[in-house]
Amino acid sequence: MDTLQEVTTALTEPKKTTSVTGSVALLEGLIAEGTDTIFGYPGGAIMPIYDAIYDYKEKLNHILVRHEQGATHAAQGFARTSGKVGVVFATSGPGATNLVTGLADAQIDSTPLVCITGQVFAHLLGTDAFQETDVINITTPVTKWNYQVTDANEIPAALAKAFYIARSGRPGPVLIDITKNAQMQLFDYEGYTPCNHIRSYRPRPFVRNEYIEQAAALINSAKKPFILFGQGILLGSAEAEFKAFVEKSGIPAAWTILGAGAIPTDHPLNVGMLGMHGNYGPNVQTNSCDVLIAIGMRFDDRVTGRLDKYAKQAKVIHLDIDPAEIDKNVKADVPVWGDCKETLPLLTKLVTEKTHPEWLAEFKQFEKIEKEELIEKELNPQSGELTMGEVINQLNILTKGEAIIVSDVGQHQMVACRYGKLNTTRLSVTSGGLGTMGFGLPAAIGAKFGAPNRTVVAVIGDGGFQMTLQELGTIMQFGVDVKILILNNQFLGMVRQWQQLFNEKRYSFVDITSPDFVKLAESYYIAGKKVTERADLVGSLEQMLQHPGSFLLEVMVSKEHNVFPMVPQGCSVSEIRLK
Amino acid sequence: MSNSQDLELANAKQQEFTITVYTENQIGILNRIAIIFSRRKINIESLNVSPSEIEHIHRFNILITETEEVVRKLARQIEKQIDVLKVYFNTNEDIIWQELALYKVPTDTIVEKVLVERLLRENGARAVVIRKDYTVFETTGHRTETDKLIEVLQPYGLIEFVRSARVAIIKDSEGFNSKLREFERLDPGQDVIENEFLDQEKNVFTM
Repeated sequence: MDTLQEVTTALTEPKKTTSVTGSVALLEGLIAEGTDTIFGYPGGAIMPIYDAIYDYKEKLNHILVRHEQGATHAAQGFARTSGKVGVVFATSGPGATNLVTGLADAQIDSTPLVCITGQVFAHLLGTDAFQETDVINITTPVTKWNYQVTDANEIPAALAKAFYIARSGRPGPVLIDITKNAQMQLFDYEGYTPCNHIRSYRPRPFVRNEYIEQAAALINSAKKPFILFGQGILLGSAEAEFKAFVEKSGIPAAWTILGAGAIPTDHPLNVGMLGMHGNYGPNVQTNSCDVLIAIGMRFDDRVTGRLDKYAKQAKVIHLDIDPAEIDKNVKADVPVWGDCKETLPLLTKLVTEKTHPEWLAEFKQFEKIEKEELIEKELNPQSGELTMGEVINQLNILTKGEAIIVSDVGQHQMVACRYGKLNTTRLSVTSGGLGTMGFGLPAAIGAKFGAPNRTVVAVIGDGGFQMTLQELGTIMQFGVDVKILILNNQFLGMVRQWQQLFNEKRYSFVDITSPDFVKLAESYYIAGKKVTERADLVGSLEQMLQHPGSFLLEVMVSKEHNVFPMVPQGCSVSEIRLK
Repeated sequence: MSNSQDLELANAKQQEFTITVYTENQIGILNRIAIIFSRRKINIESLNVSPSEIEHIHRFNILITETEEVVRKLARQIEKQIDVLKVYFNTNEDIIWQELALYKVPTDTIVEKVLVERLLRENGARAVVIRKDYTVFETTGHRTETDKLIEVLQPYGLIEFVRSARVAIIKDSEGFNSKLREFERLDPGQDVIENEFLDQEKNVFTM
């Protein structure tokens, strides 16, 4: 309370006050922060806020989801495509606990969210009241910050702090729990003052030039430099700065799945995706480069494979805004702690303009092998069952790399990320760190609200779709134009792939049946179609994309097709297998 | 080369570390800090939290046995918490520390047995309360010292015993007041946000 007030009361002249409820102050604060869309679900303990929003329908577009988890994923999709903070409303108890998966997902993928939960009256806290749950303690490990408000006077400052924390530094989810009495309480409202400083929080590191100089010297002397880039570039809005750095230094660059699109997928220096199901060249070359430049990425185990055999020959330069990431998994020889929007231009200035034709040719050679042995068969099969890859390939041809591709989790996600064509930034939305099945459909809804002028295609498996399919109701009610592309292999495919490769084909509970998805869509008044034959694929994709409004296209793909290349767990990235 | 090998060896050795954390006085920060340890299945051996010399700022002393590499990562995760101002970690060589212990013994034994009185004197204990039925002694010191007095008093009917967490002063610390003034500035200077990589040679770790 003391510190919250300190942040905002450094104003000298006395302010004009009006008497408003905590709920009204909250909505006024949201508007002041530039919020126009809220994903939420009402309930008893948040009713005063829902009563207040009744009068704010012109300014705040509230989307009623079908489950609170859907609200968090929708807010994530919204944040990812718009670059703004996603806002969620939920009630106490089960409403609040249903947020946990989305918060955990947003926390590990650094997505800025502000979640507002209702809470029982302050005098009932700790009494096991109806729909009371200790949401602050439940969400502590999965939020960047959380705070319980029991007095309306705290609301403006708490909200200001929440937005500042959610979007600054390394972004993340924040939760404010507001007791019902505070929502209803009248208080003297002095207006909204955004927060721009918290003494115990330093989101913008001081950039040290000596490290920039050391990094530049290493890069300039490197024979085989290699860039790994992650979502940090998108979160820092540093795409232009990154492109300038890559192009001046002439260094091949590979991406983590959350970094996809930071430079276009067909940029000549973009050599592909990293990690377990990434491209051949980037994985192998990680263990033959001499200088590794990691930018806004965190060396996740799905990227590094076995750590004690990861890039041991290379000097590592790590650019990150979060000091806790430096040396966490991979030791950095040169740590460049800072916002890459600030550090990249400093580095670009000091690096020599260069090309690395022989080094790049090595990548080309790996690409050629991967294309011949794998990609060609995956993207352009002439006979046999439909592959996931050819569906994505045909989609690319039709959307020309201009559509937003939202993916769920599993085999189709790896295929969509590997092959999805992205001409620009913020076109790929997926659950990277947490791997949340069921993320795709609600995230696509949010993605559309975040980028209303883009086509949004949600690529989802038959398993993941059944986890959050109730959000079809949200699509129906709000007329959200989302193209749902279900790649149905009648299996929980990724687990089945592992059971085939590592558990002697003991297919344990991966055989999943599905309802008639087209009929299901129809019952929600959403147009749909099912494709089983190759000949119908392109026409159906065209129909889906040209359809005014949402459309569900179910494509029956090969049942037992595996995603390759693959770095098996416990193996080094250079042991990547093409089959 | 041999230098870096030595460093690696030192990093791999588990030893006692005292972690000092300055935080805002906020509800919930104790939990935020505690789960950083429990999530990694690391046991906190002793924990002291109390107001620091600066109003509204609390000081934590956390004692764990771990390798330096693990402790460094933990310190960074703790400092990442919004309401945490600063984290230091130190080996036992870097700090002066004490624990406080209270011992309740039957007064009649003390009165009757001169031996006990001498033992108490030898162990630097002093009486805090003397009642007809019992006497409470107090001693401060390292764990081995407070443990030793338990052993000594046990045969004479030690009724109750309690020990505080470790509190520690960092030998090289210049205090927190000047640092706090820096934190309060909108645009802190290099001194506050210095990063640890340049300061490895210093005895006191700062991040």
